[in-house]
Amino acid sequence: MSDVGSRDLAHLSDEAVVALVARSDDIALGELYARYGAAAYALARRVLRDATLAEDAVQEAFLAVWRGAERFLPERAKASTWLLTLVHRRAVDLVRREERRRGQPLDETHDAATEGSAADDAWLRLERERVQAALRQLPDQQREAIELAYYGGFTQSELAERLGRPLGTIKSQMFAGLSTLRRILDAAELEASWQTS
Amino acid sequence: MADELIHELSAGYALDALDPHEREEFEQHLAGCERCREEVATFASASAALAVAVPPASPPPDLGERIVAAARAERPNVVPLRPRWTPRALPIAAAAAAAAVAFAVGALAFHGGSHASALRSIPVEGASGSLVVSGKQAALVLSGLGRAPVGKTYEAWVLRDGAAAPAGVFRGGGRTITFRLTRDVPSGAMVAVTVERAGGVAKPTRTPMIVSGRV
Repeated sequence: MSDVGSRDLAHLSDEAVVALVARSDDIALGELYARYGAAAYALARRVLRDATLAEDAVQEAFLAVWRGAERFLPERAKASTWLLTLVHRRAVDLVRREERRRGQPLDETHDAATEGSAADDAWLRLERERVQAALRQLPDQQREAIELAYYGGFTQSELAERLGRPLGTIKSQMFAGLSTLRRILDAAELEASWQTS
Repeated sequence: MADELIHELSAGYALDALDPHEREEFEQHLAGCERCREEVATFASASAALAVAVPPASPPPDLGERIVAAARAERPNVVPLRPRWTPRALPIAAAAAAAAVAFAVGALAFHGGSHASALRSIPVEGASGSLVVSGKQAALVLSGLGRAPVGKTYEAWVLRDGAAAPAGVFRGGGRTITFRLTRDVPSGAMVAVTVERAGGVAKPTRTPMIVSGRV
């Protein structure tokens, strides 16, 4: 029975699915998970480096969507952005509580890669390459600050201490880096949309 | 100058990299600064792109089901101070709907139900409220049930011997709704509610969101 429900929603936009979730449609919540559960889990896993904690972060984020979907403003953000923002916030909160994990090196990119091939579809692979290529275009110090903050869960003042740079410098680097990243990604997106039209 | 500095925090905010006190301060600023809200929105899509750049990882196969079950067990936040759903919260939920039950009693009595002393309140799972039964007639008394989505309706079912018989459609919304089932509920049956397309359907197409105990 629930399969029928899921198929029903397959043609809906993410934003329409979130609107159904706002009306307490649990089938819609299942649909949202079907679309973004794997991406949410991969993100939480990257930040937390722990399967159980990652599950907790994902579950809490989806339940936050369930409780707060009526507050989602489609004109402000894409539904996927909103969801991944919630996942990231939960993961970062958890990793800061689990202080010990952050002593581990951050550049291990293979910790979860081998088991994930099933969840890895072609679109996601292209998207990942696109973002990684954009990151590589950033000046080293900007990229470092952004990666340590986003994937490591470090705050700006922690980064200032860890990297031995003034706090003001870290803030400026993060701002400049994210501005550049946004510009590169927007340009790439525009290019992609030109190609398909 | 101070404005420029706080504006710069929008990137750190979008990356979840602010210290707790700064996060709070920035959120206060955000409430009154359209420019920063827009900045955060566009930065958020850049940081969400970073989310996609992580190595893939497969969640446990049952995580989605667990999340949906947990959501179902929680009630939508329509009713303020709604107690978190647990079996122990049942009497509380029933008590909260007491006024509506009185209304249901009236409704059942009006439709020729048995004497009020024969009323029984049967707990439901998946919503705050109860199934009020009088003889073979029954009414669902539910609080905090959001309005059915556009083009959809709630549909009640009487479950018996593995079959589901339609028992009327309703829209939900409002603080408390009382819905008198259009079909008798014999002893041993259960009542369920699904979300269906407007107008209702002859057989449930969805997993029930609300299920009562056995009558």
